[in-house]
Amino acid sequence: MSLIINLVLLVFLLAMALAVLKARHLFAMAMLFGLYSLLVACLFVTLDAPDVAFTEAAVGTGISTVLMLVTLASIKDGHELVSSEKVRAAPLVICVIMGGILIYGTQDLPDLGDPLSAPQKEVAARYIEQGQAETGVPNLVTAVLASYRGFDTLGEVTVVLTAGIGVLMLLGSRKKIRIKEVPNGK
Amino acid sequence: MANDLILRVVTKWLSPIIILFALYVQFHGDYSPGGGFQAGVIFSSAILLYSLTFGLEAGLQLIPEFVLRIGASLGVLIYGGVGVVSMIMGGNFLNYSVLASTSLAGQHIGIIIIELGVGITVASVMVLLFFTFARQVAPE
Repeated sequence: MSLIINLVLLVFLLAMALAVLKARHLFAMAMLFGLYSLLVACLFVTLDAPDVAFTEAAVGTGISTVLMLVTLASIKDGHELVSSEKVRAAPLVICVIMGGILIYGTQDLPDLGDPLSAPQKEVAARYIEQGQAETGVPNLVTAVLASYRGFDTLGEVTVVLTAGIGVLMLLGSRKKIRIKEVPNGK
Repeated sequence: MANDLILRVVTKWLSPIIILFALYVQFHGDYSPGGGFQAGVIFSSAILLYSLTFGLEAGLQLIPEFVLRIGASLGVLIYGGVGVVSMIMGGNFLNYSVLASTSLAGQHIGIIIIELGVGITVASVMVLLFFTFARQVAPE
């Protein structure tokens, strides 16, 4: 059953990726990216990672789609691709080589659920065995994120704040940045 | 879009439910999937929906921008503050076990407070990003 669900989701994912490539209009592309994220979220659910699926659905499908649409709305034109039917060899070669390297890289990844792989043998085992007794939190993901890896999460929150500050400095309150014209020619 | 009756009615019904769900994800994150980050994003999506339907001005009236700026910093401050408090109480930085009389209770308090900090920061930054981007849209 889970094989069928995975197969259907992956086929849809592939179709969505091809649709993004084929889409000529940036608004359509943004919406298709939202759907792509939703499918990835479904895949995370089938992989028993509801916390990640939650984040992917909320951020990938919700917020980032809205931000992309707002960005497109603030750009007056250039939404549609001016079609150039000329086939270019260099991008294709680069993509094929890059994809080949990535697929070659996946050979080094451990099999899904392999009990002897490194992530299963190191600290994860201790978290699973001792986590609930030490933190009293039934959701192990929260226990690891908030307690064991609290320092990392603090860094993550700081990154979010920094991103916000960066956007504010680039886009926020333009009037203040403008040099005031001094009256009376002084 | 403010003239579309269906959108307005649906938004009015949907926004409180989204906010309620965000609070559930926030405070029930210890027991079910979710946590501060997800709750913050869901909360901000309610504000985004409201602003998209009723316009940026209505959104800014709902939450002024200076509140968002304070909120974004306050969340990180709460998070770091828990770490400093746990240092004052005699533990390591962000060691929640010393926050209460028993280790388990301390962990529980610490996790809930830092998740709250994460939620406040993420929600504020997301809404702030949207407002900043949306202001670039030239009025028609």
